[in-house]
Amino acid sequence: MREDDERPITRRDFLGTAAAGTAAFYLAACGSGSSSSSSSGKSAGTVTLNNLFQQQAGYSASDIAGMTAEFEKANSNIKVNNTLVAYEALHDKIVAAAPAGTYDVVLGDCIWPAEFGSKNIVKDLTSLVQGLPVNEIFPGAIQMALYKGKYYGMPWILDTKYMYANTAMLKKAGKTTADLKTLTGMVSTLEALKSKGVLKYPFMGSWKQAEAVVCDYATLVGAFGGKFLDSAGKPVFNTGGGVQALEFMKMLLDKGLANPSSTSSAEEEVLKAFAAEQVAVNWNWTFQLAGATEPSKSKVPAGDVAIMHTPQGTPGVTPPGVNGGQPLMITTGSSHPNEAWEYIKFITSKQAQNNYVKDSLPIWAPSYDEPAVIKTAGAQLVSVAKTQLPDMILRPQVPNYNAASQELQVQIQKALLGKTSAKSALDTAAKAFSAGAPV
Amino acid sequence: MTDASANVATAGALPARRSTRWLARTREARFAALLLVPSVIVVFGIVIYPVLRTLYTSFYAVNSPFPGNYPGVGFHNYTAALSNPGFWSAVERTAYFTFVSTALELLFGIGIALLLYAPLRMRWLFRTIVVLPWALPTIVNGALWRYMFDANYGVINAAFTQLHLIGSYKAWLSSPFGALNIVILADVWKNTSLVAFFLLAGLATIPRELYEAARIDGVTPFQAFMRITLPLLRPAIVVVLVLRTIEAFKVFDIIYVMTGGGPANGTQSVSFYTYQRAFSDEYFGYGSALAYLIVLFILVLAALYIRALRSDNYGIG
Repeated sequence: MREDDERPITRRDFLGTAAAGTAAFYLAACGSGSSSSSSSGKSAGTVTLNNLFQQQAGYSASDIAGMTAEFEKANSNIKVNNTLVAYEALHDKIVAAAPAGTYDVVLGDCIWPAEFGSKNIVKDLTSLVQGLPVNEIFPGAIQMALYKGKYYGMPWILDTKYMYANTAMLKKAGKTTADLKTLTGMVSTLEALKSKGVLKYPFMGSWKQAEAVVCDYATLVGAFGGKFLDSAGKPVFNTGGGVQALEFMKMLLDKGLANPSSTSSAEEEVLKAFAAEQVAVNWNWTFQLAGATEPSKSKVPAGDVAIMHTPQGTPGVTPPGVNGGQPLMITTGSSHPNEAWEYIKFITSKQAQNNYVKDSLPIWAPSYDEPAVIKTAGAQLVSVAKTQLPDMILRPQVPNYNAASQELQVQIQKALLGKTSAKSALDTAAKAFSAGAPV
Repeated sequence: MTDASANVATAGALPARRSTRWLARTREARFAALLLVPSVIVVFGIVIYPVLRTLYTSFYAVNSPFPGNYPGVGFHNYTAALSNPGFWSAVERTAYFTFVSTALELLFGIGIALLLYAPLRMRWLFRTIVVLPWALPTIVNGALWRYMFDANYGVINAAFTQLHLIGSYKAWLSSPFGALNIVILADVWKNTSLVAFFLLAGLATIPRELYEAARIDGVTPFQAFMRITLPLLRPAIVVVLVLRTIEAFKVFDIIYVMTGGGPANGTQSVSFYTYQRAFSDEYFGYGSALAYLIVLFILVLAALYIRALRSDNYGIG
């Protein structure tokens, strides 16, 4: 054995090796970074996009994976990593990840452009969006990304709450879908379903303390001809149609027409209850149609699932539905904004959207006349969408929407639980939309 | 060499050896310090820096996740929180949650610990089964109880109606107070096993001879429990109370999963309230002040418990 082999490791050896290792690691890290990233946008070599989506209403995980695979096939230099989270976690994850620039493309909501745009969390995409044929996009859809005349995203998920009914149950109560055209007709139908013993609670709302309850409330505000804000941006939902909407929700609970579990249920729970034949009538996003007609998930025969326009508050006046649109946004921390836009452009394109219409319909108006779209989505859904989507009520576009909406959710629930009157609850909530930060 | 010269040489050699040793020790100390640098960086990075940064943020009106020049507001975030009824409602709910859940966990924990300490056959199996709820992630536990208490397809409704305990399905999570108690139930189910195992360890330290002597003196099992077991178990009880109270006061994840703070804020704990203000509303300065107020509450609780320990002369403090 040589003498060197027996020599113990000295401090100098240790430090030397550690320094060499650190240097090698640092160089390796720099090397890999330089081949895959560039701060100037368009990069040479392979670029990796990290995107954030939701796994809930709208496009399913497999739809997103399918669109992404097609994009990667068409753009071999761009690799895409998608992360999917629950809707409830989406906003906070976008905010928390913003300083680190973790994500390139994020799925937003139509209530966030004001907040994200004013706080510079997402990029202004006005010039890019205007380069597309925006006149072919539904007016309600294009609004979802707009704040103070600027586009902070590209519309992607176009959704609204439709009315769903189990026609076999309606038949047992001697009713048809024609009876559900107005809110008065809806109440008498629910009463018939209850009195004839078809269901103890024939209706179920998504009235959990979450954004879901605001969406159901907004549907009714639209039906009663109410508004959230006036032209000066002052809250007016605590008057007229806004108050009537909340009183209507409370009445459904008081009469035992709405399931008491509505106040702890979101859209997923309502869909499950409908699929288990525990609900005859409800409002929900497009995804309920696919879920309720899927034999492996639903006890309701597909032919018994009806989808309709939400009921009229004033007979003869077509009510606007709630705008449930969700745009795709590019974060200000993105290192690859050009590739991110390419990805957004691809998956929001008419062609990509027309291929995935089972859970979410395209933003493009001409797509609704495409035979392939009508065949896959179903003539029933497409014909209802054509009337419901062009006119939608947008929830308030204010930078402090999240804080104000939380107050609205709590106040709506207090009114539903009989702890305060509808008017008083909405007066309190209206103050939150006018107030700023707590300091 | 003369004696004198030898002495001089020795006298000269001593400081030289001392200085060599001193140098070696200094080098070793420096080397040791160098080795500690990575852990100091990690500790500073993940503990000290965030703690100080949060304190700093709490004095500014920070309303965005990005660094920037935000206006200083002094203690205004603290006074705004302390004068906010929403904050105090959350504190009240949290105090109720903490008191009831900790009390129930202690009560059931003592019972289970006594059962697990009894000389049973296959005791190891029972002990393994009892620890399972604690091993379950809180998120899974929350989802499990939420599904069990679901108004439309939950197993609780099915079981209770079959047993004729209730006439029809109930919406358990739809009333604010009912939902809070169900969250407590889920928390108790999960954490009782931890309490039981702490107390089981405490039971193992009680000498068997005391029970034998008591039995000879004609003491009933209940008297033995009250006069021997409970007093000697007090140190373990106090330790477990400190741990569980602090944990219960910080409750967040089980509420996030089971109720989202609803209905009508009925299950909104102070940690959940803080999270919503900081991350959902982006009032980071205000949220930081709230976080420090929670720390203060917990410090007060911990101080009270430690005082109780000291007064009982358990050698702490």
